Amino acid sequence: MTDLLTLDLDRDAEGFLQQPEQWNREIGIAIARECGIAEMTARHWQVCEFMRNTYLANGAAPSIRTLGKESGVTVKELYQLFPKGPAKLAAKIGGIPKPHGCI
Amino acid sequence: MATLTAPQLETDRPTPTPIEKVSIIISKGSFESVYPGLIMANGARMEGIEANVFFTFFGMDAINTKRNASMKVATVGNPGLHLPTWLGALPGVSALVTRMFNREMEKLDIPPIPEFLELLSDSGARLFACKATVDMFHLTKKDFIPQLEDIITVGQFYEMAAGGEIIFT
Repeated sequence: MTDLLTLDLDRDAEGFLQQPEQWNREIGIAIARECGIAEMTARHWQVCEFMRNTYLANGAAPSIRTLGKESGVTVKELYQLFPKGPAKLAAKIGGIPKPHGCI
Repeated sequence: MATLTAPQLETDRPTPTPIEKVSIIISKGSFESVYPGLIMANGARMEGIEANVFFTFFGMDAINTKRNASMKVATVGNPGLHLPTWLGALPGVSALVTRMFNREMEKLDIPPIPEFLELLSDSGARLFACKATVDMFHLTKKDFIPQLEDIITVGQFYEMAAGGEIIFT
């Protein structure tokens, strides 16, 4: 199991990775566990990867509206997967900086 | 002569408790009065905060299926717009300004009101209408969006809001 403390990761005060290239899936799983998500299912990954790929392609994380429309996971399911806030958690687990949009 | 000193900031204040629940009241019926409440409610859900939205008085237009798709920016009596009152009153000006706002909102990925309410409901925000207003305007549940959970009294609203923050808009 990846121990985040033994890695030299650049994270902000809330735990968001500041350098997406430091990320790998093992780190994602460890961050998810920190956030109270014990098991990352294929659906969780679908959201986190969409989040990450959109950020890497556009330099900005998608809004919750875009997540619901384009990630292949509906808004309802997004909140079931990530009850503490889908956009924020998927960004954290996907290894990208904290999203700044209000929507 | 006595000199005034700046008040000292308390640096050893305990960390404030995070907000866990908000109940937002939307009481006005123009485009620019409805959006802030919706954005605040959605923002709460995005932070994992429980959110209730209570629509009252003209704010209820936002959940009225005959009206919520065509809500307009108030171009008269709205000094923030910096439009002369006579200009704001001309036919079509309100529609034009509303179109401009809609375009800017779309750029920020902020949905139109009916879609926004769906998004809120899917996010787990609970939507309520005010019973006194419903009675006064002779409306029924059929006039409202299907996502409306219930028509409730002020007393029920306070019960539901217990333990959280109340935001009036």
